[in-house]
Amino acid sequence: MRLEPVLHPGPMRRMVPPALALLATVLVAALLAALAGANPFAVLGQIIVGATGSRLAILETLNRATPLIFTGLAVAVAFRAKLWNIGAEAQLYAGAIVAVLLGTGALAAPLVLPVSALAAMLAGALFLLGPVMLKVRLGVDEVVTTLLLNFIMVLFVSYLLEGPLKDPGGMGWPKSPALLPEARLPRIVEGLRLHWGFVIALLAAFVIWVVQTRTTLGFEMRAVGANLRAARFAGMPVTATLLKTALISGGLAALAGWSEVAGLKGHLSSDLSPGFGYTGIIVAMLALLHPLAIVLTALFVAGVFVGSDAMSRAANVPTYIADMLLATALLTMVLAILLTRFRVVRD
Amino acid sequence: MDLFEILLSASFWAAAVRIASPLIFATMGELICERAGVLNLGIEGIMVIGAFTGWIAVYAGLPLWWGVGTAFAAGAAFGLLHATLTVPFGLSQHVVGLGITLLATATASFAYRLALPEVTSPPKIDPFQPYEIPVLSQIPLLGEALFSQTPLTYAAFGVAGLTAYVLYRTPLGLALRAAGENPAAVAAQGLSVTGLRMGAVIIGSGLMAVGGAFLTLSAFSSFFFDMVNGRGWICIALVVFGAWRPGKALLGALLFAAFDALQIRLQQTSIGAVVPYQAFLMLPYLLSILALIVMSRRAAVPAALMVPYNKGER
Repeated sequence: MRLEPVLHPGPMRRMVPPALALLATVLVAALLAALAGANPFAVLGQIIVGATGSRLAILETLNRATPLIFTGLAVAVAFRAKLWNIGAEAQLYAGAIVAVLLGTGALAAPLVLPVSALAAMLAGALFLLGPVMLKVRLGVDEVVTTLLLNFIMVLFVSYLLEGPLKDPGGMGWPKSPALLPEARLPRIVEGLRLHWGFVIALLAAFVIWVVQTRTTLGFEMRAVGANLRAARFAGMPVTATLLKTALISGGLAALAGWSEVAGLKGHLSSDLSPGFGYTGIIVAMLALLHPLAIVLTALFVAGVFVGSDAMSRAANVPTYIADMLLATALLTMVLAILLTRFRVVRD
Repeated sequence: MDLFEILLSASFWAAAVRIASPLIFATMGELICERAGVLNLGIEGIMVIGAFTGWIAVYAGLPLWWGVGTAFAAGAAFGLLHATLTVPFGLSQHVVGLGITLLATATASFAYRLALPEVTSPPKIDPFQPYEIPVLSQIPLLGEALFSQTPLTYAAFGVAGLTAYVLYRTPLGLALRAAGENPAAVAAQGLSVTGLRMGAVIIGSGLMAVGGAFLTLSAFSSFFFDMVNGRGWICIALVVFGAWRPGKALLGALLFAAFDALQIRLQQTSIGAVVPYQAFLMLPYLLSILALIVMSRRAAVPAALMVPYNKGER
């Protein structure tokens, strides 16, 4: 077989493959539910109800989506420039550490939130700058270096929580002291468990969309991603563009950790992120790297997780069904998107 | 115990060879994929699925070698999925690889919970036992380090030798390497680039899974969720460190494992009393990054690595 580009794909070719991918994902979910001895329709229903069925469920989904919007954006910005930042997990923790360092007494009231947000972004940005410098200067593959830094960062956080950042009143639990009230992101509506981090995430998506579509930097980022050699030949500052991309991407991922600590949890613990950095890859790819679509895919992915947790308690199907579903969605969707632009020819 | 005492003890070198074994399997697997032109980032998840399937097969009553075979088959199945998406369809090897890692890891977790819903600590199996090779195991130092290991460790060295032999001494190996360097030339010979690359990814993924199975069947005799713990990513670094050559990659894995064995022992010395244990655990990852930096100037990347081949396209 071989692939032939379709120059003017019709509506059928653009709609059918993604619809089939979605169908395949649902079928896999049904199959897994049946394997676990549960009624597939009931399980699918329970996932949907668990994610959206009540005010509490919706708030939980929105809360879970907040860090995913940030990490999804971080991945999308980098991948658009073909910068393979798989280290959002580490950058997230860099932001979380800064939120604790500055939020537990180092800074006073009016300054603490904006300064710690900026400092968190800087920390995340610097954490990605290292691998990207190695890439542009020495040609060291950034996939492996950013991946390995995740493991180093998790160990570093573990050290901090057992050493310098240990909460003396934590009853032996490895967690940091609580942030001061003025260092916390307030709730959007008093009484509802949803903090301003969600709004900041929406703003970030909008800003990234503007940067990508309306600025020179956005154009350069896309050009470097589309064809690095051509961009260099056209006289674009390729190295500078990659470094700027790294700063933005790392900064966005750090905001995920910052908003989880300052908004949701109020302290740092080693289970702050159940893989938000890695899940950001799924969020970004399902959105085809489009910043505004990332808000929707983050809500979808968060819903799958929250709904699966609720379903798992009720139907006794392992909650890991969520991860399987999302990995299936990712793989079938990238194939489907290809098939909207190419046709398979037998030879 | 000081550094010299550690370096002169046979148990230290035996540990190094033991730690290297899963890395050797998985590094050879990745190396075969990459020499054929496909970066396989599914390695981390495929090692997890290998560790799980090998263990559950033996737990269900199959003999140990059948467990190894089960792991290979499971790895090959995920390899087939990876190969189908990246070779004929030419999808991004980064995205597909990470997707395979997520899918394989989630499959192992889901299946584990399904098989053992109520268990808090995973049951143990009877793992491979060390087999002392007659005469050779009596050599001082070397005997305990190299010839008193489990059969799966000997198999790891066998696989490394076989990989080198096939790649450099057979027509198949030549075709495979050419598929990673100049696929158009392979096609001009009338050979199928798609077939060669898919075969390499399937076999390579099987080997990665056996590397994972080493952890459950020879090292820890139980399955834990985080047991692979970045070993797959380290193997990708080892392939680069070994300049895509099996012999050098084998040496790299042994060197790396020696450092890993050393950091475990250093934790128990006077240094370990001062330095937090997390710093020692970071060393393998830091070392991998360092290895990538050192080798970056001399990298001999296969020319067509990550370049999809579409017939009739120039």
